[in-house]
Amino acid sequence: MAIVECRDVEKQFVKGRETVEVLTGINLDIEEGDFLALMGPSGSGKTTLLNLIGGLDHPTSGLIRVGGSDLNELSGRALAKWRSVHVGFIFQFYNLLPVLNAQRNVELPLLLTNLSRAQRQKNAAIALEIVGLTDRAKHKPGELSGGQQQRVAIARAIVADPKLLVCDEPTGDLDRETADEILGLLEILNRDHRKTVIVVTHDPKAAGHAKKILHMDKGKLVEEAIV
Amino acid sequence: MFSQIYEITAMNVRNIGSRIGSSSVIVVGIAGVVAVLVGLLSMATGFNMVLESSSLPNRAIVMRDGTNGELSSNLGIEEFNILSRMEGIELASGELYVIADIPKKETGSPANLVFRGMRQAGLDIRPEFQIVAGRRFEPGRNELVAGVMAAAEFAGLEIGSEIDFRESNWRIVGHFEAQGGAYESEVWADLAVVQSSFRRPGSITSARVLLEDPAQAEAINERIQADPRLDLRLETEAQFYASQGEQRAALINTFGYGVAFLMAIGAVFAALNTMYTAVSTRTVEIAILRALGFGGVPLVFSVMIEALLLAVLGGILGGVVVYLLFDGYTASTLNSGSFSQVAFDFAVTPELLRLGITWALVLGVIGGLFPAVRAARLPITTALRGE
Repeated sequence: MAIVECRDVEKQFVKGRETVEVLTGINLDIEEGDFLALMGPSGSGKTTLLNLIGGLDHPTSGLIRVGGSDLNELSGRALAKWRSVHVGFIFQFYNLLPVLNAQRNVELPLLLTNLSRAQRQKNAAIALEIVGLTDRAKHKPGELSGGQQQRVAIARAIVADPKLLVCDEPTGDLDRETADEILGLLEILNRDHRKTVIVVTHDPKAAGHAKKILHMDKGKLVEEAIV
Repeated sequence: MFSQIYEITAMNVRNIGSRIGSSSVIVVGIAGVVAVLVGLLSMATGFNMVLESSSLPNRAIVMRDGTNGELSSNLGIEEFNILSRMEGIELASGELYVIADIPKKETGSPANLVFRGMRQAGLDIRPEFQIVAGRRFEPGRNELVAGVMAAAEFAGLEIGSEIDFRESNWRIVGHFEAQGGAYESEVWADLAVVQSSFRRPGSITSARVLLEDPAQAEAINERIQADPRLDLRLETEAQFYASQGEQRAALINTFGYGVAFLMAIGAVFAALNTMYTAVSTRTVEIAILRALGFGGVPLVFSVMIEALLLAVLGGILGGVVVYLLFDGYTASTLNSGSFSQVAFDFAVTPELLRLGITWALVLGVIGGLFPAVRAARLPITTALRGE
């Protein structure tokens, strides 16, 4: 069953008087439990497509349905609520809040739920345990290595138990060994925790961890490969 | 919603330390506005407090109708006699109000000092009169008692010293208090001696009267106005001093609010700039929160609360500074109603501090609102790239 459906998706950006076509005629189904890598050169539209699937932006035209919800029909507030329940985000530069320690960073998405403080702390501790960072819970991002920060970001992405993880160059700022650890962790989340994972990457080795690789160029899907 | 606002605000507040320089621009800017506003208004408040504390509810002043001060008034002796026998008037004191030029201690330049001549009734009618050093003046002698504010402001009014007015020599025999009222800026002496020394034999300029019932003041005034033998007007002291202070207070208030308003414009721009900077340096953080599902409203509130916190800090700082610097500071000014110097203490009252904090909050709201809305409207995908 497809958790993500894209039908005739177009995305244009207007810069001054110029209209830039970023995505053209995207048709895509991503099955639940899939681990998909989106590859392609810079400017090919990978991140834009990821943002549309993650509900961070609206397409200019076309349909995007994720987990049965037509994202075009959701208002800004409803879309924000939808994101908090259905999607976990992992970014290249981790994007943790520097004044909060790891535990509080992970707790952030749970502030949008009705969970008690104690339950939020418990869930955050479980998420940190999954990523192997229990002993770093009280450390602030500045006190952690890049790999550890990305693990905290992954814990934050999974703490509310979304079905979909969207990852924008999650290993782009890490060395090879650490990148492999992070990708291994994403594999575990995909395999053992049934998370659907979509990874945007330039790195063929990173893409090698995925079950399926999609190539994009000039705003179009050009090739599909099963790993 | 509240937990979102609380968490984001707490995070912003924790972040203030890392933006101490720009945050202090808001605090100091608003502190300056509040200090100037409260400082200037404390002058008007202190001045009015002196005039207000000069009055008793059952005491009134009677002057020539059409005059606006004791200096330009005069009463005939017949008029005073009729007045003092009127029904509803318990006691009357005919007084001669003149001005003497005396050098001020601080500047050495001469200023107008009220020289009031009165009989024993003048002292009896003022129960707040209290000798705090020396003794009362004796009838028939060139002796005077000086109010404590006059003694503090003017040179040569120490007890035992002598001073020359109008070719006569006077000896200062006592200092008095009058519950902080305007009388404390005057010197008093025996009426007959003052009349003689100032070459105004038999002259009185005004009468203080003690009313049997303060509620009858208006009725007594109507009887005075209706009596063809009298060309006088009775006002309660509260009315009299209110009108005396009105002009001065209006001038200070206009000036105070004017300067504060100009400074407030500057402070608002400083606050806007600081909060825009605060928002722009946290563009990515804000975008992350919104990506995670936080709504625009909690973000608006959190930025507003941060701006208001800084504004209140500024308001408190301004209030504390002006309180420490000005509260109780003694100054004197020309009372345009009486053409005399009235000494008063700057009064930084709780009402003025509340007004200062209110101004600070208003500046905080204006300075925080637009950056807050901008924070809530940042496109997430653009902001995530830090643009």
